[in-house]
Amino acid sequence: MITLTWVYILAGLIFMAFAWTSLTDAENPGRLKNAAFWGLMAISFLFGNYLGDLGNGLLLVGLVLIGGIGGLGQGRPATTSPEERQSLAARFGNKLFIPALIIPATALLGTLVLARIDIGGRPLFDAKDPTLIALGLGVLLALVVGAVLFRPPATAPLQEGRRLMDAVGWAAILPQMLAALGAVFALAGVGQVVGGLVADIIPMNGPLIAVVAYCLGMALFTFIMGNAFAAFPVMTAAIGLPFVILQFDGDPAIVCAIGMLSGFCGTLLTPMAANFNVVPANLLELPDRNAAFNGVIRAQAPTAIAMLGVNIVLMYLLAFRF
Amino acid sequence: MLVLLGIAVLVVGFLLRFNPLPVILTAALVTGMAGGLSLTETLAAFGKAFNDNRYISIVWLVLPVIGLLERSGLQEQARALIAKMARVTAGRLLLAYFVARQITAALGQTKLGGHPQMVRPLVAPMAEAAAETHHGDLPDVTRFRIRAHAAAADNIALFFGEDIFIAIASILLIKGFLEQNGIVLQPLELSVWAIPTAVVALLVHGTRLLLLDRRIAREVRNDEGRGGIVEVSEPQS
Repeated sequence: MITLTWVYILAGLIFMAFAWTSLTDAENPGRLKNAAFWGLMAISFLFGNYLGDLGNGLLLVGLVLIGGIGGLGQGRPATTSPEERQSLAARFGNKLFIPALIIPATALLGTLVLARIDIGGRPLFDAKDPTLIALGLGVLLALVVGAVLFRPPATAPLQEGRRLMDAVGWAAILPQMLAALGAVFALAGVGQVVGGLVADIIPMNGPLIAVVAYCLGMALFTFIMGNAFAAFPVMTAAIGLPFVILQFDGDPAIVCAIGMLSGFCGTLLTPMAANFNVVPANLLELPDRNAAFNGVIRAQAPTAIAMLGVNIVLMYLLAFRF
Repeated sequence: MLVLLGIAVLVVGFLLRFNPLPVILTAALVTGMAGGLSLTETLAAFGKAFNDNRYISIVWLVLPVIGLLERSGLQEQARALIAKMARVTAGRLLLAYFVARQITAALGQTKLGGHPQMVRPLVAPMAEAAAETHHGDLPDVTRFRIRAHAAAADNIALFFGEDIFIAIASILLIKGFLEQNGIVLQPLELSVWAIPTAVVALLVHGTRLLLLDRRIAREVRNDEGRGGIVEVSEPQS
């Protein structure tokens, strides 16, 4: 059976290659730091389950010290010039889109088809994570097709991958690290304290104020945590369930569905939602990518704020009627 | 109350614009210790959660493919394709992507888009090229605004599309939470109530994307005004 562990090994090997090619990059003055950073990521993916909890904690401290103090360098692997790319684009034409579309197509096919295949009574894919396994498979398939179609030098995928990885830099571990912070918050009971605080401060003397407090609370706590999933159980237990649903008789399906969407408005506004708001700013090389409210967040803000208002109105109009 | 100190660390760290990695580590240690754990217990809990969440970083696997395609001219080809379509503007292109992303997310296919796979190699260069076809060279502020909007369209369409699908994580989380509190609902009863918000999101953000074209035109005009003055002082040979 193909499990997520196989994909982790593939990721570990790729990070290992990023570390090795960084180490031998004479153009990058920060090459030792880059090699150490991507090397630690390789260790995490290859051996994370054998390091023990404290070992993983220390590995994370190592990543923070290397990536967080002084930052990483930008590797300069040899790549094609803009002029060469123009002529390559003219030569290969729309064939260039084939490998790019193989990845989502395989993810789709893997989730819908491969996840249901049994071989001798055993499933081909671990049913828990069919999409991530299919993503790994899609990457391998796209690399093979790309190599056949475009005949690049053998090390090109790893060198080009490292060029993009260095453009993302230390922000690459932000999403994973923020998820881990959420787990520590949950362990320490941060959610209960915040929920209790909000419920204590705001007088719930009518359905409108309860709806407004719940939706704003979802958005605000999501803003802090960077994740509506962390905010939902806390705010719903503190306000949504006792007040909007039980005291004022709101429909639970409507209250919870729109409450979650109010949280998503907070996600669109916060630098804590690194994979949605910080990583793309790095990938697109925006000049303000290190600002707290970068260009991506500012592009999203008007829609996010408008939608928060829309969600409040919709919940108030719908929840007490159905 | 002491456990809220970690949030204070985050806020101060972001306001002072420190690198987020040490800020998050400090916030985790402060929160855990304020919650009654020892330093090593906190570090172990943080390390375990980091290891358990490795699947989040799996997405970087796509970079070698995207890099290989970029070196072979993918962005240039995406631009060339768009340049042939005279009626495509940056705003209309992003709106088309928004609709496609929202519909596929509503059908549960949330992995069809994404920033490393779609936005950087395809959507952003195509939107830039559409604007260049109409306006020529773009001022930097406009170029980066278009890129930011490409990322924003992907996020907003995903967020206000995926909850219509019955088996998405957030719907299952709601169902589980309500069950623990004695309220049993089917996923479909929840997901239909994501539809009104999804429709309004399309109207609101769709309007903004169409207005983006006017803003691009205005920024290019203003920039050309400035460029004219430069040309007077520095005549070309």
